[in-house]
Amino acid sequence: MANTTSTTAGGGDFTSNLGRIYGIYTGGFIAFIILMAILSAMGVENVVIGYLFMGFTIVIYAVIGILSRTMHVGEYYVAGRRVPALYNGMATGADWMSAASFIGMAGSLYLLGYDGLGFVLGWTGGYVLVAILVAPYLRKFGAYTVPDFLSARYGGNLARFIGVIVLFSCSFTYVVAQIFGTGLISARFLGIDFNVAVYVGLAGILVCSMLGGMRAVTWTQVAQYIVLIIAYLIPVIWMSTVKTGVPIPQLMQGQALANITALETAQGITVHHITPFVHGGYDAKNYFLLILCLMVGTASLPHVLMRYFTTPSVREARVSVAWSLLFIFILYFTAPAYAAFAKWTMLDLVASGLTPENIAEKAGWMMRWAAADNTLVQICGKAATDTAAIVAACAEKGVTALSFADINLNADMIVLATPEMAGMPYVISGLVAAGGLAAALSTADGLLLAIANALSHDIYYRMIDQNAPTSRRLIVSRILLVMVAVLAAYVASTKPSDILSMVSWAFSLAAGGLFPALVLGVWWKRANSAGAVAGMIAGFGITIFYLVMTQYGADLDKATPNMELWWGVKNISSATFGLPVGFAVMIIVSLLTRAPSRDMQDFIEEIRVPRGKQMMEEKTA
Amino acid sequence: MATPDRVSYWNKTKGLMFTMLGLWVFFGYVIHMFVEQLNTIVIFGFPLGFYMAAQGSLIAFVVMLFWFARRQNAIDEEHGVHED
Repeated sequence: MANTTSTTAGGGDFTSNLGRIYGIYTGGFIAFIILMAILSAMGVENVVIGYLFMGFTIVIYAVIGILSRTMHVGEYYVAGRRVPALYNGMATGADWMSAASFIGMAGSLYLLGYDGLGFVLGWTGGYVLVAILVAPYLRKFGAYTVPDFLSARYGGNLARFIGVIVLFSCSFTYVVAQIFGTGLISARFLGIDFNVAVYVGLAGILVCSMLGGMRAVTWTQVAQYIVLIIAYLIPVIWMSTVKTGVPIPQLMQGQALANITALETAQGITVHHITPFVHGGYDAKNYFLLILCLMVGTASLPHVLMRYFTTPSVREARVSVAWSLLFIFILYFTAPAYAAFAKWTMLDLVASGLTPENIAEKAGWMMRWAAADNTLVQICGKAATDTAAIVAACAEKGVTALSFADINLNADMIVLATPEMAGMPYVISGLVAAGGLAAALSTADGLLLAIANALSHDIYYRMIDQNAPTSRRLIVSRILLVMVAVLAAYVASTKPSDILSMVSWAFSLAAGGLFPALVLGVWWKRANSAGAVAGMIAGFGITIFYLVMTQYGADLDKATPNMELWWGVKNISSATFGLPVGFAVMIIVSLLTRAPSRDMQDFIEEIRVPRGKQMMEEKTA
Repeated sequence: MATPDRVSYWNKTKGLMFTMLGLWVFFGYVIHMFVEQLNTIVIFGFPLGFYMAAQGSLIAFVVMLFWFARRQNAIDEEHGVHED
């Protein structure tokens, strides 16, 4: 495998051979899966297969990271701006699809039915906003970081500094969720304690992003995309083939839905999977507000926007957004099918006559998950660690035959547990674990890099020491990367919330804090510095206030009563309030203060056309 | 800098942006407001309202973006502001 990536360090040679290199890599990965299947059939223990899958893939990422190491500023921050549109799309796909998409989403769709589709819509439609409102213009400007643009457009370091604060808040929240995801996977598949496992995941993240910056992260993310998409598709194709005889799960989902509804009716379940606006408190209002916050957040998240700084031209940046969404779409339109087949399998299991005494025999996987963490599987309201515990819990409740509602599965374990649920060989479980790990690592890499770049480039270089030599800037960046990563791992070990909520908060924070300033910066010449600063503070302030007050309350203690929701809006859609306030304050303050200078107006004119040299030139000596 | 050609370029770019924004509102929100009515139509086991949120709108977004990239590029070339 090593020779497939050995040309990574070379420049032009490597980019012209991308198709061949990643083709060999994909073939190698499939051969590896087959080898694992053979080993498993020969009787190698499950936990060994788990270690091999995760160990092998992490080694590959590390090799790419080491081969792509760089001390060149342009390579470190924007991969030399040489990444072709299609590969940038693939890298963005991995950057984008995190533990939330891979691990959390299908699980939430399983639990929430139609109402979970808000996540599917919200996390795809936002790319329309990225393409038409923001990305091509930032590419023309030629920024290294999103705060770079804010500073140039809104004249000065105050806008830059507030931009960095917003960037840090949303990216940090997001990265905590990823490390939480890697911890969950390591705890179950490697059998290590969750609190230790989060730090193990961290090591894998750091080797990729630390040495080679954006260049290493880009080529690692392409490799990670390939692993995660294969790992996501195989189990669901398998289930579709077993259940319906047709290996196209996206199409056969229709049959699955019809069966789910029939089984639900037979088992007396009144809240159907396909019924809209009835699950988990998602009424129509919360459903649509969630979609809005996720879409707008997409167009504001710095770690996504900065991927479009790496394309060779504005034109490529636009096409690249389309490629990104295509690669993301492949997973997202499979997720509802994943959930439907998993739910069908579970309803079938319940219909087979499940009792507290026979569940351990019929579905032993539940006990293994309950043993990894006692919140993951609960039967009759208690952790389902063994038959005795289940029988005791159910006797207390007077349950003799288990119904679907008696079995409570955690959203974050459903995808990872599906291979066992559907009786697939363990090698598929190992593959899914490697895929989930790839998704979490690739996003964490992008996020940590966004944070470290903002701190080293925007704070240290631009605001503290303008004369800092290149080498020192890059070393500062790497040290900050490690510090932020360790802090994030610590926060993750405290288990703040489930993965999907944490990630959704990050979207709201980015949307409330950055979207008005980014969009009006390009599309409204009258927007000025005072307006942007006031708008960012107001939008971000309201969003984070609502989030913290409703989640933790003024005393920052989750256990005590927190602030009532405003009009019943869930706090994963906090930007519902931050977004309009941010826009309104920015517009009003801009109109009350002086219009931007002639020079600034010319600057905006220049950003709006692709032709001409990029606006921000960097000394790279 | 604001030559007549630049003004016309920007007007066309804005027009395309608003067209895309309109389609985005339609596929992102409007169609899903009619989910209950659409669910009465069932194709291949899929209630149509469910299908639109699970797959239909997503396909629309992907197609829209490739179309947008082509269209905007054509506008650039028409006005001679494309990159060399």
